[in-house]
Amino acid sequence: MDIIQLGLGRWLHVLAGVMWIGLLYYFNFVQVDALKAAAADNTGAGITKHVAPRALFWFRWAAVVTFLAGAMIAGKHFFDVFLFLKPAYYPIGVGAWLGTIMLFNVWVLIWPNQKKILGIVSATDEEKAKARRLAFLASRTNTMLSIPMLFFMTASGGVFRTAVFG
Amino acid sequence: MKNPLDSLWGTVISGLILTLILYQIVKFALQ
Repeated sequence: MDIIQLGLGRWLHVLAGVMWIGLLYYFNFVQVDALKAAAADNTGAGITKHVAPRALFWFRWAAVVTFLAGAMIAGKHFFDVFLFLKPAYYPIGVGAWLGTIMLFNVWVLIWPNQKKILGIVSATDEEKAKARRLAFLASRTNTMLSIPMLFFMTASGGVFRTAVFG
Repeated sequence: MKNPLDSLWGTVISGLILTLILYQIVKFALQ
């Protein structure tokens, strides 16, 4: 069963994680500035109507798959990882917590506010402005957290762990 | 004070600082 839990599980975890964090970086490194530039010449509608909703769909569901695949890899050690019960799981525990906080941000802060911004749910102009700021800060927070998260994810196993933590 | 998350570089630098802090904590805990 290791081939499914650890082999396929890790593969799926990385595949979904690349999609999640790749789209997060697209939003932060590309779309934010693109929308600012588009606002100047009134060409942002194409992005908000056709690109952002599709990107957000894959973004939020990739986040769920990444978490579930991560939980599958942890398996019977799930609580060792999340509750820091054994030193061997300290590095991956930090990575797992950072990833979990990011998942929370996606579903509780980013997506509900993006629904208001994109007009999927009705909101006043004032509510939209507040939602825009909240979604932006949550997205930027996730970009910031992704840096240590990826460090601990990649430094938690085998020769990499030995190299980084001794 | 300006929020570092308002700028992309501020976000990246904050992430690197957080990495360094967490790394030191975990390394200390593993000793």
